[in-house]
Amino acid sequence: MDFAIHITGFVAVYIFMLAAFAGWVIIGGVPAILHTPLMSGSNFVHGIVVVGGMFALLNASTIQEQAFGFVAVLLGAGNVAGGYTVTNRMLAMFKTSAHPAHGHAKSKHPKSV
Amino acid sequence: MTLPNIALLIIGAVDLVAAFLFMYGLKRMSSPVTAPSGIHVAGLGMLVAVLASFLYVLDVGAAARPFLMVNMSLCGLALVLGGGVAWMAGRKVPMTAMPQMVALYNGAGGGAAAAIAAAELLGGKAPGVTALVVTLVGAMIGCISLSGSLIAWAKLQEVLKEPLRFAGQFTFNLLILLATFVIGAFLVYLSQGGSWKVLTTDDVIYIFFACALLYGIAMTLPIGGADMPVVISIYNAATGLAVGLEGFVLANPALMIAGMVVGAAGTLLTLLMARAMNRSVSNVIFTNFGGAKVKSHGHMKGSLKPVAAADAAIFMHYAKSVIIVPGYGLAAAQAQQKLFDFVKQLQSSGVSVKFAIHPVAGRMPGQMDVLLAEAGVPYDMIVQLDDINDAFATTDVCLVIGANDVVNPAARTDKSSPIFGMPILNADRAKHCYCVKRGQGKGYAGIMNALFFEDNTNMVYGDANVVLGEMIEAVKGLGKAAAE
Repeated sequence: MDFAIHITGFVAVYIFMLAAFAGWVIIGGVPAILHTPLMSGSNFVHGIVVVGGMFALLNASTIQEQAFGFVAVLLGAGNVAGGYTVTNRMLAMFKTSAHPAHGHAKSKHPKSV
Repeated sequence: MTLPNIALLIIGAVDLVAAFLFMYGLKRMSSPVTAPSGIHVAGLGMLVAVLASFLYVLDVGAAARPFLMVNMSLCGLALVLGGGVAWMAGRKVPMTAMPQMVALYNGAGGGAAAAIAAAELLGGKAPGVTALVVTLVGAMIGCISLSGSLIAWAKLQEVLKEPLRFAGQFTFNLLILLATFVIGAFLVYLSQGGSWKVLTTDDVIYIFFACALLYGIAMTLPIGGADMPVVISIYNAATGLAVGLEGFVLANPALMIAGMVVGAAGTLLTLLMARAMNRSVSNVIFTNFGGAKVKSHGHMKGSLKPVAAADAAIFMHYAKSVIIVPGYGLAAAQAQQKLFDFVKQLQSSGVSVKFAIHPVAGRMPGQMDVLLAEAGVPYDMIVQLDDINDAFATTDVCLVIGANDVVNPAARTDKSSPIFGMPILNADRAKHCYCVKRGQGKGYAGIMNALFFEDNTNMVYGDANVVLGEMIEAVKGLGKAAAE
């Protein structure tokens, strides 16, 4: 059996269309307070490009390919690591907001959520 | 089953799981209750996808096999170096500088997509016209996202202070864009057996990349700092699209799906942000208002009436209700914690206090919510524009701290104002208004604020941190006097 993935013509267009629709629906109706964390979170998700970089670098056979593959992995890894830490730091703060009664942030009216 | 085939099977299965985890993670991130776990879910997807990608070593082509050890070392080095530096930077960056940090990471993603395209193009690996065109389009978008994000970073970091504008800029930018398209088309022609004796194909590829990078710079330079969040969001969507397109070239559905999901989500986020500023996206890119020099600040009616911080504090102490409008100035002074201390004082003397958040408060939509959350302000005290705007009319005091353009009533009344039509917080409708401000300067959009000149407005000049310190002391003093 051959497990190499072949995506041609319309199949690619279908994948793109459905993925775009999924992205649109997933984000639809998000409250304004989450705009920044979500931008950062989706920024992290496109860090998956690092996987493509790894593929390109591991299959490189010329100096040019190696150089650009290296740059791709370097930048992609930066995208992943940075996107994750920044998003995680932002979202960790929402823990206390979502459950004010349990967090360190005690409101004067903790039960009024 | 051969070893390479097993590798491909595992990679395929893991990438499928990763694609699912990305979408599920993003879904969880779109609600405040589940958001913190969302990034962990997406992070897990990333981790397994990267680990599985090492299995590519079992399936490298014959041409690359002699270089395998070198390539693997380079790969490890790049992962550790790029990941390490970004990780450290991401941990250290203060919350106020978050938008430009997101811009940097986003540019890195776009750059990575462009670099993959460069490796594919220079290696002559893109088979057929379709793959070549997709590679080129992805490369172009990635390059624009990279150089544009860097300019956006420079503007938010205030390395670049003034928007750069010159006569004929629009035409100039259009020409660069056209040149990029033409060179791209020429590359397709070369790949189909066309020939050109002046430059090698590789040189043409480099020129193509240079043009795309230049366009990203030229497109971003004239846009003012106030519009940068929308621009960063556009580039975020663009990077997603570039990643998706390169995913097609590499026949990697995980890249295609993750990239396209981000492309669509980023587009929607961009539209939501632009709508919050009551502007269209094309308006942001082409009309260049943010940071524009406006001449109309000469004829403001009324005068600026400064008062001492202590007087304002005592007035608020005896008020029934206070709405606080925080802005970037508060965050820049790192005074969120002090503000919340002052708020707790007011609450303990029976004043009802709310925070009113404009969708574009801070430098990025939702940034102010994050900054208040960091200071420990509970969720239920933070109210968004639409839910609080009617309450201003029945509120005793509105305290504006470090916010400016988002409370400028000119947006409602003055058709000549560049922010006319932008939804604002109705601070001017409160019975009394105090504006804490460092100096008599203008807001981020570079225009005078009519609110400061209203009859029921008083200015409290000073650094937010110092002013709040004085306010806390003044209210403390009242408590002592009452006890004696």
